[in-house]
Amino acid sequence: MQTETDLIQIKGLRDGLLITLASGEWRALQDLLFTQIDQRSSFFRGARLALDVGSQVLRVAEMSKLRDELSEREVSLWAVLSESPKTIQTAQLLGLATRISKQRQQVEKTSRPAEKGRDENALWVPRTLRSGTRIEYAGHVVVQGDVNPGAEIVAGGNILVWGRLRGSVHAGASAGEQQASLNSGASVSALDMKPARLQIADQIANLPKKVQVKSPQVIGLKDGEFLVKPWQGK
Amino acid sequence: MSAQIVTITSGKGGVGKTTAIASLGIALASRGQKVVCIDGDIGLRNLDVIMGLENRIVYDIVDVVEGRCRLRQAMIRDKRMPELFLIPAAQTRDKTALSPSDMLRLGDELREVCDWVLIDSPAGIERGFKNSIAPADRVLVLTNPEISAVRDADRVIGILESEEKGSPSLILNRVNSEMVKRQEMLSPEDVLDLLAIDLIGVVPEDQGVLVAANRGMPIALEENSKAGQAFRNIAARLMGEDIPFMDLDSSDGLWKRISKLTGRS
Repeated sequence: MQTETDLIQIKGLRDGLLITLASGEWRALQDLLFTQIDQRSSFFRGARLALDVGSQVLRVAEMSKLRDELSEREVSLWAVLSESPKTIQTAQLLGLATRISKQRQQVEKTSRPAEKGRDENALWVPRTLRSGTRIEYAGHVVVQGDVNPGAEIVAGGNILVWGRLRGSVHAGASAGEQQASLNSGASVSALDMKPARLQIADQIANLPKKVQVKSPQVIGLKDGEFLVKPWQGK
Repeated sequence: MSAQIVTITSGKGGVGKTTAIASLGIALASRGQKVVCIDGDIGLRNLDVIMGLENRIVYDIVDVVEGRCRLRQAMIRDKRMPELFLIPAAQTRDKTALSPSDMLRLGDELREVCDWVLIDSPAGIERGFKNSIAPADRVLVLTNPEISAVRDADRVIGILESEEKGSPSLILNRVNSEMVKRQEMLSPEDVLDLLAIDLIGVVPEDQGVLVAANRGMPIALEENSKAGQAFRNIAARLMGEDIPFMDLDSSDGLWKRISKLTGRS
């Protein structure tokens, strides 16, 4: 029999509380969490909460209900950590953080299956990314839709936007803190290339403000220099 | 009765949400609809001033939710329209005085007593915004043709979509067709191109709006004002009528192009 402390672990962070939930039935875990908070309401009131849900798969309705119920208890949910790509996507949709900084600069990554083979995995995003959306993925990112100003994509691999790219993109980003994992062979492609900011590996592009090219383009690095190529089907 | 609950929100402040609520309230009420306007901006209430009802406030929305009065007692009847009511915000509290579920309960109660509930959302994407959209059946995103306002509108639309509120409709406020023509202002096409949602109204820039607001006379009351007409048109579209977009500038094909864009003629 597991005790409550096995199921819910609470840890103080520099900028909030981290609650780690054990695996189990979501409803029961959620109730247990609320009971804990209600019992120690003065401790939790006004807290910023990061929740590590492990491999739990959460949908938008479930997560937004959780956030609302927490907000009724005056606890604000700011991050959801998970091993499940679906849950991470849900959290990103709701504008929640999906990783937390342990110290300034140093970033904790939840281990995702995608990291094992960054060459093979791609995240499929079949919608327009609006301002304030941030997509982070260790593999490639494919967006079917626009990337609007104020949206961000950070990918370990390549980024392909089947639409207009007007936000910030970072391809070939390192998965951890190791510079070695930077991928300078990565590229960014878009049907209409007007990024607010474009970075490949550790190189930040200095893009001319008025590019009139409306045709698809691929941008990559060659000997540390940015190379812009119009896309031509062969 | 089963009212439709419509929330107007924008992300950015100062784009004209409160003016729009007051004018849509007047316009719907003058079509014989029973309308309740709610000021969702707890702590920074304005709607009462724009509607010219500030000296009639006895109870407010927080009093209703906390049980100090009945719903009916907090509904202030408009001076001009007997079927238009205002539920004012509390000025001495803040956004945490209400929760999304309080708003849901209030919305359900109001559904029974009127045809339309219009909620004026505060600027921002925090608690006050969440409260305001919680009970909404339909959300109207209002923006100006300014890059900063459009970006905030985009953020708000993203949040609404992720909360499964459905796609909102767009009101483009304070469009100056002279400036658009001189390419000094984003055109309605530019804005629609980025936001990619349905357009429900384009309101021209009109200095009369400010004058009217200071007098507590929503612009929709002024027969000759183009902005007033634009709000009356939005009200008609909310009621399901197919009203063509106004031709604000006949020499320029701009409005015709908008009509084409949105499929209205």
